[in-house]
Amino acid sequence: MDASLFQYLLRLGDNTLVLGHRGSEWCGHAPVLEEDIALANTALDLIGQTQLWLGLAAEVEGKGRDADQLAMQRDIWDFRNLLLVELPNGDFGRTLMRQFLFDAWQVINLGRLMNSSNPRVAEIAAKASKEAAYHVERSADTVVGLGDGTEESHVRMQAALEYLWPYVGEMFLGDEVDAAMVAAGIAPDPASLRAEYDALIGRVIKTATLEIPDSSFAHKGGKTGAFHTEHLGHMLCSMQWLQRAYPGASW
Amino acid sequence: MKHEWPLWEIFIRGQHGMSHRHVGSLHAPDAEMAIKNARDVYTRRNEGVSIWVVEAVNVSASSPEDKGAFYEPSNSKVYRHPTFFDIPDEVGSM
Amino acid sequence: MYAQMVKTAGSGVKDRDEMSEQEQDFQDRIDRGEKIEPKDWMPDNYRITLIRQIGQHAHSEVVGQLPEGNWITRAPTLERKAILLAKVQDEAGHGLYLYGAAETLGVSRDEITEDLLAGRMKYSSIFNYPTLNWADMGAVGWLVDGAAIINQVALQRTSYGPYARAMVRICKEESFHARQGYHIMMKMASGTPEQKAMAQDALNRLWYPVLMMFGPSDKESVHTAQSMAWKIKMDTNDELRQKFVDQTVQQIEYLGLELPDPNIKWNDETKQYDYSDPDWTEFFDVIKGNGPCNVDRMAARNKAWDDGKWVRDGLMAHAEKKAAAKVAAQ
Repeated sequence: MDASLFQYLLRLGDNTLVLGHRGSEWCGHAPVLEEDIALANTALDLIGQTQLWLGLAAEVEGKGRDADQLAMQRDIWDFRNLLLVELPNGDFGRTLMRQFLFDAWQVINLGRLMNSSNPRVAEIAAKASKEAAYHVERSADTVVGLGDGTEESHVRMQAALEYLWPYVGEMFLGDEVDAAMVAAGIAPDPASLRAEYDALIGRVIKTATLEIPDSSFAHKGGKTGAFHTEHLGHMLCSMQWLQRAYPGASW
Repeated sequence: MKHEWPLWEIFIRGQHGMSHRHVGSLHAPDAEMAIKNARDVYTRRNEGVSIWVVEAVNVSASSPEDKGAFYEPSNSKVYRHPTFFDIPDEVGSM
Repeated sequence: MYAQMVKTAGSGVKDRDEMSEQEQDFQDRIDRGEKIEPKDWMPDNYRITLIRQIGQHAHSEVVGQLPEGNWITRAPTLERKAILLAKVQDEAGHGLYLYGAAETLGVSRDEITEDLLAGRMKYSSIFNYPTLNWADMGAVGWLVDGAAIINQVALQRTSYGPYARAMVRICKEESFHARQGYHIMMKMASGTPEQKAMAQDALNRLWYPVLMMFGPSDKESVHTAQSMAWKIKMDTNDELRQKFVDQTVQQIEYLGLELPDPNIKWNDETKQYDYSDPDWTEFFDVIKGNGPCNVDRMAARNKAWDDGKWVRDGLMAHAEKKAAAKVAAQ
């Protein structure tokens, strides 16, 4: 049970860790100051959520590790994030499309986790869901604005959606970890979130005058740890470098 | 196409029932985005609970002196506040 | 300083009998400590000088995101990462507040941004130096922001209302910046031998570039005199630099680091520290574009601007469509 819960918490924490890191890569490089600041706010929220999820994961694991050790000292095969969040940022449109596709799932999932049988999980979910509600509102607006903007922005957003779409399905795939969470009343069955998700993104993508690709193919392996993309290793090289180069130092 | 986002004047009301006050300006394509941008730009330290935006071209007024922004302590981003960092007295003011 | 070597428009301080009646009234208001507000009458040269100064200050904040942004993805802990990201985000906010102040003088943010990107406007020389190890994140916050605060605290009393108000807001946030920087330095200086070496390296490397932030001696400059009469410059460069050295020496000593300049010595007569002048030849090289990072900084800002065009245009086009649809529906 605790082993499954540990895995499940790593999935939640690694998603926010990796996406928060991707968001932070934009700081100082966004198209306009207002967007630079907004994206940094989202990244800051995600890093804050990471501290909570990985902090709880470390407690559940009970081996004396903390959130920082989990973030900075696990290698790629121990990461449990969705492949979607580790993909490179691409242009601003792809970054925001990815943010939206993630936010939409995140806000629905957190909504369910607020009713978790595990009070710690429910408590973190309650805090994070307030942040996620704003994230999805903002990213949805940007997807709509750029999808239904100029011809160029429309073309770029459609391309972003097509690139990212094969990574959406992984969010709804369940495995034995999920089954254990469902059985314990800790977390929902991932597949049960799909209808609400499709309705939400369908509405936004339509308003954005974009088209959801006609394919249900889903890359997988991130949340189980079976496969990651090559991109994650490069991210870890930067993210973990100081901790790896100077082990035991306190920062 | 040369097309700068319009300028908006931002007014924020804090948590203690004070009236909205002017905190600065920013750029946004429309009012809706101006409100969102204001939330991201001007409430990074939980300064407000209500935001008004007015497109700058629509403001016609004298400019009474603003006494500066109203700051409320933030809940979760405590590190944004100088007192989060314990600095020894010996090193002087910072 | 963030606004460095700003050329004051005009040919120096005017004597009172050279001033028109309007100019005399304007100067009297400033002398009485009143704030000048956007719609008030002001001499053209006051307006021009302020646009240069506030614009340069704003550009410095935005370009200043880059050297620290360089380490966001490599911050050693989750908390340090969040703090650094929040700090660099604040710089973007400061740039935004200052552009807003400049805009009250009749220029648009896009116009002066394009002036920066085309090399017609400058930003502070300090941001043309690289950040090479993690202790630089400490040293930049502590020394660079520390130096900026000295100037900005004084500028809270500047005569131009919107600039003064932006400074008030910025100063409240800068204190967080300096303290988080010093906090990193304390950790590093008391850490492993490698960490202490990083701290010393950062201090040695950044010391003179930080002294250069205040600009060359300007005691005799007629431009300085005019800007000071207008209260858009509050102290001379040398006064500010001395203040910085005097407050920083004890902070270096507390860290247990070696002084970056062997000539730093307390002078009992002047009651302040003596110190070595920076190499002003290097300073002018950096100002002319030959600093270690000038080319990279401008390339990064140009790329962000060029790559972002379709986003800015796209969101604007959407807003216009929405507005048109609303009108059509009425």
